[in-house]
Amino acid sequence: MTLDFGVVPSYSQLLFTGLLWTIFITVLAGSVSILLGIAIATTTLYGPKFASLPVRGISFLFLGTPLLLQLYLLYYGLSQVGVMLPAFWTGVVGLGLHYAAYNADIFRASLQAVDPGQAEAARSLGFSRGATQRLFIMPQAIVTALPQVGNNSIILLKDTAVLSVLGIAELVLNAQRAISETYRPFEFYFTAALLYYVVNLAMEFLLGIAARKAEEIR
Amino acid sequence: MDIQLIGRLLPHIMEASLLTIGLTACSLAIGLVVATAVAAGRFSRMRPIRWLATAYVSVMRGTPLLVQLFIVFFGGPQFRLDLTPFMAGVLTMGLNIGAYMSEGIKGAIISVDKGQGEASRSIGFGRFDTMRLFILPQAAPLIIRSLGVNTVILSKSTALVSTIGVVELTYSAQRFVTSTYKPFEVFAVAGAAYIAIVAVISLIVRGAEKLFDADRRVAA
Repeated sequence: MTLDFGVVPSYSQLLFTGLLWTIFITVLAGSVSILLGIAIATTTLYGPKFASLPVRGISFLFLGTPLLLQLYLLYYGLSQVGVMLPAFWTGVVGLGLHYAAYNADIFRASLQAVDPGQAEAARSLGFSRGATQRLFIMPQAIVTALPQVGNNSIILLKDTAVLSVLGIAELVLNAQRAISETYRPFEFYFTAALLYYVVNLAMEFLLGIAARKAEEIR
Repeated sequence: MDIQLIGRLLPHIMEASLLTIGLTACSLAIGLVVATAVAAGRFSRMRPIRWLATAYVSVMRGTPLLVQLFIVFFGGPQFRLDLTPFMAGVLTMGLNIGAYMSEGIKGAIISVDKGQGEASRSIGFGRFDTMRLFILPQAAPLIIRSLGVNTVILSKSTALVSTIGVVELTYSAQRFVTSTYKPFEVFAVAGAAYIAIVAVISLIVRGAEKLFDADRRVAA
């Protein structure tokens, strides 16, 4: 069997739609992972024991098991207890939760890395505890965390491919649809890989700019 | 929560864990060979080889493992490359994790003080001996750590080969879900098995790290 990439262009719209969904899912799940990551880091660092211990335990479970298994557990397990979440939202939430556990570690380290003198100075100027955290500690920690959280977002982009097993029509599933009509797996998976690679490079480029900006602010 | 079901599942899940461990071990073996070759390539004196190694790492890390797996398993037959699901899985994961591991090795080597290499070269050691006798022993603890992190990631990635029909932990859990319709219990047991595997790998890595750090202290 020879290769024939000639069949690919006629499916370009299908692939492009899939790519847009992939980017959309990356943005949604990425936002969930960052916001929740900050929430987990703050809870485990400053929260009361009865809150921080379970949160720490749950994020340990997320770090120690495969994403695919977590998605299945969410998708099938929730329906067992009567919660019917659509596949799309299961995927977004599952992916977001998974990377929130990874981002939380980074945010925690970044929060701890902020010079204690900063908080002391803000408190002595009369800022409340909450305002000190919000206006002085958190912004500095976010700047420190940015490069690594960005890296995680790039890894997250590639893991959106796993959502195809839940039947979410992103890039991989749309490539599979094209394959089922043409029986040309290599051509379509290769094209999909190429598209992921391009988005990946674009994200790396943007994060490089953001990281340089962050370095300037520091 | 069906406790009895969990008791009945355990032996089967443990059996499936063996395949997950086997997948991890075989992929790790391929990955280590690839990582060594690619890391060596990145320090090559020949520019095309350096360029090729860099491109390899960039492409392998820039595309999803799942898509790579599908290209090899479903696209392979178009090149008369008919692999069993197990072989396709091990080959792809080995090639993939090798790229990540080579980055760890490269980072560890770069982190060794430049003066060490210069000193060794200036007293007449060759490039290869300098690497072998002075650079690598000092980079060893960092290399071990990054290999360990990647092995943990690898053991969790093996779940993806369930999508091409290898009956490892995740796929066998799915089968039990269809026969029992107790997804929560089944996936929880499978998750516990993964955590046990990850914990054992982490313990081994920590031991190896200590071993190499102790060597360093003795040498100093």
